[in-house]
Amino acid sequence: MDGLEHWITTHKIPVGMVMAKVVDLIRTHCLGLFNAISDVVGFCADGLTNLLLDVPSLLLVALFAAGAYGWRRSIGLAALIALGLLFIINQGYWQDTMATLSLILFSTLACMLIGVPVGIAAAHRPWLGRTLHPVLDLMQTLPTFVYLIPTLILFGLGTVPGMISTIVFAIPAPIRMTQMGIASVPRGLIEAGESFGATPSQLLWKVELPAALPMIQAGLTQCIMLSLSMVVIAALVGAGGLGVPVVRALNTVQVDTGFESGFAIVLLAIMLDRLCRPKGSSR
Amino acid sequence: MTTALAFHHVDILFHRTNSAGPLAEAMRRLDQGGTREEIARDLGVTVGVADASLDIERGEISVLMGLSGSGKSTLLRAANGLNKVARGEVRIGNGLAHVDIASCDAETLRDLRKTRIAMVFQQFGLLPWRTVRDNVGFGLELRGMAPAIRREVVDEKLELVGLTRWADSYVSELSGGMQQRVGLARAFATDADILLMDEPFSALDPLIRRKLQDELLDLQRRLKKTILFVSHDIDEALKIGNQITIMREGRIVQTGRPDDIVIRPVNDYVSAFVRHMNPLPVLNAGTVMRRLDQAARLDDGRVALDPAGTYGLDPATQQVTRRDGVPVPVERMPADDPATAPIQPGTIYRAPVACSLQTIAILRQRSGLPVLIDDGDTLAGLCDDTDMIGAMIGIPRAALP
Repeated sequence: MDGLEHWITTHKIPVGMVMAKVVDLIRTHCLGLFNAISDVVGFCADGLTNLLLDVPSLLLVALFAAGAYGWRRSIGLAALIALGLLFIINQGYWQDTMATLSLILFSTLACMLIGVPVGIAAAHRPWLGRTLHPVLDLMQTLPTFVYLIPTLILFGLGTVPGMISTIVFAIPAPIRMTQMGIASVPRGLIEAGESFGATPSQLLWKVELPAALPMIQAGLTQCIMLSLSMVVIAALVGAGGLGVPVVRALNTVQVDTGFESGFAIVLLAIMLDRLCRPKGSSR
Repeated sequence: MTTALAFHHVDILFHRTNSAGPLAEAMRRLDQGGTREEIARDLGVTVGVADASLDIERGEISVLMGLSGSGKSTLLRAANGLNKVARGEVRIGNGLAHVDIASCDAETLRDLRKTRIAMVFQQFGLLPWRTVRDNVGFGLELRGMAPAIRREVVDEKLELVGLTRWADSYVSELSGGMQQRVGLARAFATDADILLMDEPFSALDPLIRRKLQDELLDLQRRLKKTILFVSHDIDEALKIGNQITIMREGRIVQTGRPDDIVIRPVNDYVSAFVRHMNPLPVLNAGTVMRRLDQAARLDDGRVALDPAGTYGLDPATQQVTRRDGVPVPVERMPADDPATAPIQPGTIYRAPVACSLQTIAILRQRSGLPVLIDDGDTLAGLCDDTDMIGAMIGIPRAALP
């Protein structure tokens, strides 16, 4: 019995080693590519943060509130956004909030740009959907810190590894929701399109996507919420934003800073959720 | 008359993976007379339609009838390629030549769907995020028609179905009957000459259904489309169809004119189908009447119009007199609706052979006397209570003791 256990422990399957080798291989061969990605993404995200910070904060609050009213035609929502942002300014987290906002906007944009086409492809090809399913599960269940390590190696410290980890964590939502939305378009609508001679691309743009839009929009909202939940973890690898004061508060055991920045994150989440939820839904 | 749409020995088979082997084997078994159940059990192949042949003339309404699962919708959907034909041809007249829908390439099929064949669905198949106008213009939009011209065509079709006022509403704001009018307008908009209608009125309540049937007949008088119509309602089929096809378990049992189906059912299945219909609007005077030469005679050689022999008709002079010698007025049926037109009690009316049993029954009821039937200008026969009741219950006078 002991001999068997000894044999099992001495013949370790090199799972960790293989993953390390793969990451190492990628690093040595594609470093240029990753540097380029890192530069472009970092430039855009930091650029947007700086742009947001260049505008006087009160003017930006007014613009956001007006924009929200123009988009959803709701006084209540505009008031919520104005009051929420003013509270954040009052607590002194304006700059961190803007950094988090641009991080979330960029990772959500990337998630949707990649996730929606992948979701459509998966809905049209059952084999791809079946293959993708466990991969997406893995992306969401693998503890985030685990893939933080290789992203750190590949992209260095800063905004970019935080954003990449955020994307890895959040992208399954739009992929899944898009796939589900497209796959659940009523058969009758598809047949109506086909019977009037729609080409496959006309069918996609004029029937499937409009019919799946509410689901895709739900995927967008989920994606934003998942990105927000990564804010603190992103701060660990050097991304700026509201995660930074949380991490600092944790290290120095400061209850007040912890709650202040925590509330700012919650407020941001509520505002973004109300802005993005599908029109006419009372959820 | 030319054939607009023809099914030629069409088999439609479904298999989980559509692999060629089981389908070929299923066709072989069909040829050897294998039943649907056997083929489904042994091969996992569902026989949707087997060996269906049907010609539909230009400008006709041809109705496919049957219980659910009889293959009527399956056959209809082969006419625009929504169902794949395993064997046989579905021919559509295309100018001088014929195109076989079952074997043409995807591009040709799309062209035919855009310009020649339009479809109306039982569940409407309207796009809920579009306005009525944009739903009606859907087919034209797919064809790439410029928005300005499209709008003109669409507004014309909306007027046709009486929905102009609702052009900018969303379909969810409309009642079922109005939604199906949108479906009709969408099908008319492409100016396709062939319309496929898959139980278009079955989801509607009976009053609205009858109203839309009337509207369809009215539109058809003007537009002269070739319509293939699926229905499970014998009254609907007899009301709108020029040709009726009864299907059972994937096969065509009988095809014919409506009165053919009613009067000469080929087997018990068809007669059982027809038994529960409302015969009044379907049967015409010509089939219900007793010919004059078969009618009973009075002692003086005149035709007896009633069993008691109170009224006698002189075929030569076409005069009717009572037994006591008093002449009875004989008049032609009024041109208006006999249910509301002035009908004199005590007058004998003459109605043409083509008019419905419904009309004859109303004339009989309101005048209180038997009705004479004209074939052209000559008196051909007469209808009394026994003739009419016999036609309704399927037991003719001749069969009585």
